Amino acid sequence: MDFAGAYTWVNIKFLLEGFGVTLQVAFFAIILSFFIAGAVGTVRYAKVPVLSQVFAVMVETIRNLPLLLIILFTFFALPEIGISMEKIPAAIVALTIFEAAMISEIIRSGLNSIDKGQIEAGRSSGLSNFQTLRYIVLPQALRRMVPPLVSQFISLLKDTSLCVIISLPELTHHAQVIYGQNSGYLAPILLFIAFMYFAVNYTLSVISRRLEAKNI
Amino acid sequence: MDMFLEGLKNTIIASLIALICSLVLGTLIAIFRIAPFKPINWIGTAYVEFIRNIPLLVIAFFIFLVFRIPGLAAGTMALTIYTAAFIAEAIRAGIQSVPKGQMEAARSSGLTYPQAMWNIILPQAIKIVIPPLGNQFINLVKNSSIIAVIAGGELMYQADLISARTFVVFDTYIFVAMFYLVLTIPLSLGVGQLEKRLAKNN
Repeated sequence: MDFAGAYTWVNIKFLLEGFGVTLQVAFFAIILSFFIAGAVGTVRYAKVPVLSQVFAVMVETIRNLPLLLIILFTFFALPEIGISMEKIPAAIVALTIFEAAMISEIIRSGLNSIDKGQIEAGRSSGLSNFQTLRYIVLPQALRRMVPPLVSQFISLLKDTSLCVIISLPELTHHAQVIYGQNSGYLAPILLFIAFMYFAVNYTLSVISRRLEAKNI
Repeated sequence: MDMFLEGLKNTIIASLIALICSLVLGTLIAIFRIAPFKPINWIGTAYVEFIRNIPLLVIAFFIFLVFRIPGLAAGTMALTIYTAAFIAEAIRAGIQSVPKGQMEAARSSGLTYPQAMWNIILPQAIKIVIPPLGNQFINLVKNSSIIAVIAGGELMYQADLISARTFVVFDTYIFVAMFYLVLTIPLSLGVGQLEKRLAKNN
């Protein structure tokens, strides 16, 4: 173990570059999957015929597969049927597919958790179905969704590490590159990146807990 | 096909061992977190917060590369360490959701703390804990695929080998996806049923 040798500025800068890619991929995947999941979750909540059954099958299938498989599939198998992507878009697409399925369930159960009486009251005071959803159900449901959503975002950020398998130049891959040159750097570098992930994720979970406490 | 079955066997073995070990470790950590003694609390909290917030893959690399443990064993250990943190949280939440009056009543009718925990609190907590534990087991089966990255010879790894050898990528991955679904869908349906039944009982 060579801590002094491992923590040179060159190495740390290289790791930070990787972390930049990690955050970038996670950011885009979070935004995309949130919007897709919002649509899917709402359709399933509103029980739109046919569409909601199709979504149910898709969500259940994707949720029950390992993310690693989806990443490999997106990058290596899709080119066989003519869809090939660069590493970063492929990673974003794979993460979005998986996380959208997970998040749509959070959104659906959040919407379902709102008391039926609220909807009846909204409808009988003359609001349309859409208005009831928009002004009565959503604002209440969103608050309840915050803690599970944040923990899903945290796991998305951790899951970006799985993209090493397609050698996406993110944090874990850059760590591999560094300790590949000198095995004495193994433990120090792995510990360092563990703390980098921890710092961001822990901050997120503390913020989420604050938000939760405020709402009650 | 033989390779797939070999992989399936390894996936199931790794998941089962990791499940049992992480249940034991997770319960221990949960007890640490609620024990009436501060320094022990801190150890439990530190473990849960740190492990939950770092990627499983980093833990697996650490065990595989730093301690030089063979792939499948290292993967199983990493899964155990990682899942235990989540199980500990589920168990802690379950125990703390039992009203405080239960413990006070048990203690004032003369039971010791361990007796009250074992006979009064735990039986009530288990109902609440079972559904999240089921979900953790499903995650565990899916997460076992990361053993492929450290050459552990489980399902995903075999699929990789086959696709690299035969150049048939698309079909191989679809096929291995079926294997995972066969493992995980019955589990999710089971967990869903269990949740419904427990909800009815309350």
